[in-house]
Amino acid sequence: MPAPAERRLIFAHIGEPGYTNDLPCYLKHGGYEVLKKAVARPPAELMDEVKKSGLRGRGGAGFSCGLKWSLVDRKSGKPIYLVVNADESEPGTFKDRYIIHQDPHQLIEGIMVTCFANNVKQAYIYIRGEFPEGARILERAIAEARAANFCGPNVVGTGYSCEIFVHRGAGAYICGEETGLIESLEGKRPYPRIKPPYFPAVLGLWQCPTIVNNVETLCHVKHIVDMGGDNYAKIGTPNNTGTRLLCVSGHVKKPGYYEFEVGKVTLGELLNEVCGGPLPGRKFKAVIPGGSSAKVLKFGETFTLKNKDGTTRTLAVEDIPMDFDTLGACGTMGGSGGVIVMDDSTDIVAALANINEFYAHESCGQCTPCREGSLWMKKITGRMVHAGARAEDGALLKSVADQIAGRTICAFGEACAWPTQSFIAKFGDEFKGYAETKKTKPAEAIELV
Amino acid sequence: MTLSPATLQKIAEVIPHYPAEQARSATLPLLHLIQEDLGHIPDAAIEFVAAKLGIQPVNVYEVVTFYPMFRRQPIGRRHIKVCRTLSCALVGGYKTCAAFEAEFNTHRGEISPDGEVTVDFVECLASCGTAPVVLIDDTLHENVDCAKAKALSNQIKAEAATRK
Repeated sequence: MPAPAERRLIFAHIGEPGYTNDLPCYLKHGGYEVLKKAVARPPAELMDEVKKSGLRGRGGAGFSCGLKWSLVDRKSGKPIYLVVNADESEPGTFKDRYIIHQDPHQLIEGIMVTCFANNVKQAYIYIRGEFPEGARILERAIAEARAANFCGPNVVGTGYSCEIFVHRGAGAYICGEETGLIESLEGKRPYPRIKPPYFPAVLGLWQCPTIVNNVETLCHVKHIVDMGGDNYAKIGTPNNTGTRLLCVSGHVKKPGYYEFEVGKVTLGELLNEVCGGPLPGRKFKAVIPGGSSAKVLKFGETFTLKNKDGTTRTLAVEDIPMDFDTLGACGTMGGSGGVIVMDDSTDIVAALANINEFYAHESCGQCTPCREGSLWMKKITGRMVHAGARAEDGALLKSVADQIAGRTICAFGEACAWPTQSFIAKFGDEFKGYAETKKTKPAEAIELV
Repeated sequence: MTLSPATLQKIAEVIPHYPAEQARSATLPLLHLIQEDLGHIPDAAIEFVAAKLGIQPVNVYEVVTFYPMFRRQPIGRRHIKVCRTLSCALVGGYKTCAAFEAEFNTHRGEISPDGEVTVDFVECLASCGTAPVVLIDDTLHENVDCAKAKALSNQIKAEAATRK
C-alpha cells in the first residue's frame, strides 16, 4: 500500500511559488475571513469549538489545548495574557520557522481568534533570538494587520482591542519551557518556576493568568474555528486529531517538512516512501521521532501493545503511526514533530555525545541533578569518543541519567536523561565494546562531537 | 558609551510595549538594541539599561551573563555561527565549521587575525531539513558543505577587499 497523501492545512501555501508573506497576498487567499466571522460569535462558542476539536499542543507535550484554555483563571480580575511560544529550539524541529517566515499572517489570525475567544487584550510573541529575520517579518506583518484593523484598537470594527508585540529571546533553549519563557519575558534569567503554584493559567506573566501556546497550535485554532470543532475532530485518528507538521532530518534522501493527518502515516512510510528511504548503500539504524529529547527507536526492535478489546498487536519500528498515543505506548513520544534519522554509518556513542553536549550547554543550572548530571553525561560520552572508553561507562551513564529524571523543577531533567537512558537500553553492546570498535572504526566515519 | 540617535529612538519605542510597572521586561530588547549598535555589551551599557528601567545593574548583569547571544567582548566584523547540533553534525556540520576556521586562519570563539570574522559553534538553529546550516550575522545559509563554506568565505573576503 502506498503512503497516504499529505494533507496540508497549515502548510497549504508554504513553499508555493508566488505566495508572499505580505497582507495583500494573504487576503487574496481568503485571509482574515475566519477572524471576521469569529468576532461576530460569542467567545464561549469559540472555546467550545476548540474543546470539541480535540486539538493537542504541537510544542512537545501534546496537552489538550481546550483543557489548557479552560484552566485559565477568569475570576481574578487581572488581565489575561497570551504568550506565543515561537522559541523553536528542540533539535530536529523546524516547522514554526516556515510559518513565521512564509505565512506570518496565518499565525496572527490564529493569535487574534485565540485572544478574542479568551478575552485577551495583549499578546506577546516570544521568538528565539536566532530568528532575527523572522522577528522583522512578524513586526512588519503585525503593522500591516494593525493598519487594516485585524489587530490593535477596534478589531474589525467590533470595539474589541488587542495588541501584539514581538519579544526576542537570546539563545537559550530553556526559554521554550513555558514558565522559563515567562521569566525571560519578564526580563530575568529563564529559570523555570515550580508548579504548583506557578501554573501559567493562574500565575503566569506578571503573576497574571496566561495562556502559552505554540505557533503551530495557534494556526490550528484558526482552521478549527473555520471548519468547526466537530469537523476538525474527524481529521486524523481518535484522540490524535487534526494534521501535524513533521520535520525530517539526518540520513534520508529527502529531508524536509511534511504535513499529514495525525496517525495516518507510519514511521516506515514516512521515511521509506515520503522521504525516499536511506542514502545509497545505507540502512536505517536508529530514529528519534519527536525532537532530540524523545527516546530513540532502534530499527529491528518490536513493540507489543494492548488493543482496547484486550488482544495485543506487535509493531515494528516501521509500523508505528506518527501520532501522540502510539509513540507514547512505544516508550517514546511525538514531541515536537522533529524526526532525526541515523543510518548504519553512525557512531551511536558519538551521536549521544553530540546530544549530551547540547543538554549540558542548555541546562539552566537551577536544579543540581540536571546541572551536574547533564555535564557529567557530556564529559563521559566525550571521553569515550576522544580519550578512551571503559566497559563500565554504559552503566555509569545510566546511573547518572537515572538520578536526574523526576528530580528537577521542569521537564528538562527528563529531556536530558531520556536520550542517555534510551541509547544505553537499546545500543548497550555498542557502549560496552566501544574501545574495541574505535580501533576498527572506518576512517570516513563522520565527526559528531 | 555613545548610542546612535536611531538606537535611542528604538529604545524609547520598545519600553512602552510592557506595562509601566513591569519595565524590567524590556531588559532583553534593550540589550539587543545596544549590542546591534555597539557590537557587544560593555559595563556602561549594563548601567545604562538599569537606570533606564529602574532596576539594579546586577539584574541586568545576570541576564547578560546567562544568555549565549549577549557578548561582553567585541567580535570580528562578521559573526559566522555554525550549527553544531545532531542533524547538522550527521551531515558534516563539524567539517563546515573547520572549513570556515581554515579559510580565516582562526579558531572557534576567536577574532580572525584580519579582524573580519568570529567563527562560533552554536546549538540548533531550527533548520535541520537543510543541514548543515550557518547563520552569518542575520542571514541563514542552508546546505553549507565545505565548498559552499569556501564560497561564502570568499564573498566576505571580497567585500573586505573593497573596503580597504
